[in-house]
Amino acid sequence: MARRTPPLWEERNSSTHIVLFTLTHIGIATLSLLSFLGRVGLFLGQALGLIFIPPLKIRRVIRQMHFIGARSLLVIALTGLFAGMVLGLQGYYTLTRFGAEAYLGPAVAISLITELGPVLAALMVTGRAGSAIAAEIGIMRITEQIDALAVMALNPIRYLVVPNIVAGVVVMPLLGALFAVIGIYGGYLVGVQLLGVSSGTYFGSMRDFVNLTDVRNGVYKSLCFGLLITFLCCFKGYHTGPGAEGVSKATTEAVVLSSVTVLVLDYVLNSVLL
Amino acid sequence: MAETPLIEVRNLYKRFGRQVVLQGLNLDIRRGEIMAVIGRSGTGKSVFLKHLIGLIRPDSGQVLVDGEDIHGGGSRHLAHVRERFGMLFQGGALFDSLTVEDNIAFPLRERTRMSAAQIRTVVAETLKGVGLEGVEGKLPDELSGGMRKRVALARALAMHPEIVLFDEPTTGLDPILVQAIHRLIADTQARFHYTAVIVSHEIPEIFDIATRVAMLHNGAILEVETAVRFPQSSNPAVQQFIAGRLEGPLTPT
Repeated sequence: MARRTPPLWEERNSSTHIVLFTLTHIGIATLSLLSFLGRVGLFLGQALGLIFIPPLKIRRVIRQMHFIGARSLLVIALTGLFAGMVLGLQGYYTLTRFGAEAYLGPAVAISLITELGPVLAALMVTGRAGSAIAAEIGIMRITEQIDALAVMALNPIRYLVVPNIVAGVVVMPLLGALFAVIGIYGGYLVGVQLLGVSSGTYFGSMRDFVNLTDVRNGVYKSLCFGLLITFLCCFKGYHTGPGAEGVSKATTEAVVLSSVTVLVLDYVLNSVLL
Repeated sequence: MAETPLIEVRNLYKRFGRQVVLQGLNLDIRRGEIMAVIGRSGTGKSVFLKHLIGLIRPDSGQVLVDGEDIHGGGSRHLAHVRERFGMLFQGGALFDSLTVEDNIAFPLRERTRMSAAQIRTVVAETLKGVGLEGVEGKLPDELSGGMRKRVALARALAMHPEIVLFDEPTTGLDPILVQAIHRLIADTQARFHYTAVIVSHEIPEIFDIATRVAMLHNGAILEVETAVRFPQSSNPAVQQFIAGRLEGPLTPT
């Protein structure tokens, strides 16, 4: 895309100059945003289309499930446990002010199932697996391995992007659910074992107040996040700039963009689902 | 009557941002010849090569293979055209997570219906053809530069392509390896009769294996001549380039 500044304002007086200068830059920014969104849209369309046009590279899908899912288990378990413990602690002290500590169970569970589980799991996966995906694809780009695939008359998106997206969509809800379950146990450790809420109350009120809609919403969110993270990280890696600097930039952008978009999308989904 | 060229490059223009790389490049590549493309660094030789196989789309102009525009029929058509090509990339572009065997077998597994045993035979034969044996289980990182180029060549040749593009196949290798790779290209070409386009900086060694030589300058072809006659060109820029002189129409930048 041409980024030329029109020469006409150079000869005008300074106020025209400023107006034209400002307009030019607004124009450039708008155009580059639009072309970015256009490229994202086309790439997403192609990737999603290829999921449903066989052959699906099952082996690569399984490998990526292992990479994104199985190898994130530890970090998910740890963050889930502590998120739950913090929730238990904070929830307990807040609820005691209203004399409502009996509702600690559902408070912890609903926060984790609908909100913290999907979101924090997504952020953890972005940091652990998303960055690696972006870097791997980025390095394949700068070492011409992606071109090599294309030259073999094979579609690089089918081999590199589709397996990640499929794996992400399958694995993310599981990780989100695991996060919530471990978090609830963390809340139990603090609330019941440490602070003395009765175990029956903790789990009993949970059964009364948490309904299937909460669980469903959490799963929907995780599905969206799984698609979003893997897609954005693949996209950034695929369109990496030249050299090591290009890859490092692509990786950083992939993580930042994914994390921010997860939180934005979380709000949007909340306002739609709730 | 002259035979119609296998690849016709018509009036190719390409710019990246403000940088004009190709401006009106025309070249015919005949069936079965080894065409060497030489020229100064940064004149767009690699960009030109990538146009031939549709990795880069021209701003204007056409690349015709057997008279058909490679961009004339969508991505499926392009993939179909690419099946006739093999390409050896500058850095080899081997898949670094796969072993040598898997690298060479990759196009065979994905594009043919050969059995695993057949593929293993083809891989071993192709490796033998490029002078390598017993490296099937190694990863590209465990190989030397020269071996990696050979493996990459083996991968490019495994599907018996009609046209093979070489992007600086010998850059960064010692003089003996340069000769070895050149010999390998000449031998495999004689055996499989493919048409080769080689982008190279090896002057004068490349004249020994090339049928014709084209010199690229300022985004267009400055001179095309048979490899025998090329060194006697009357063009002062060609003479300066071959001799590597600092004085002349080409200025060092």
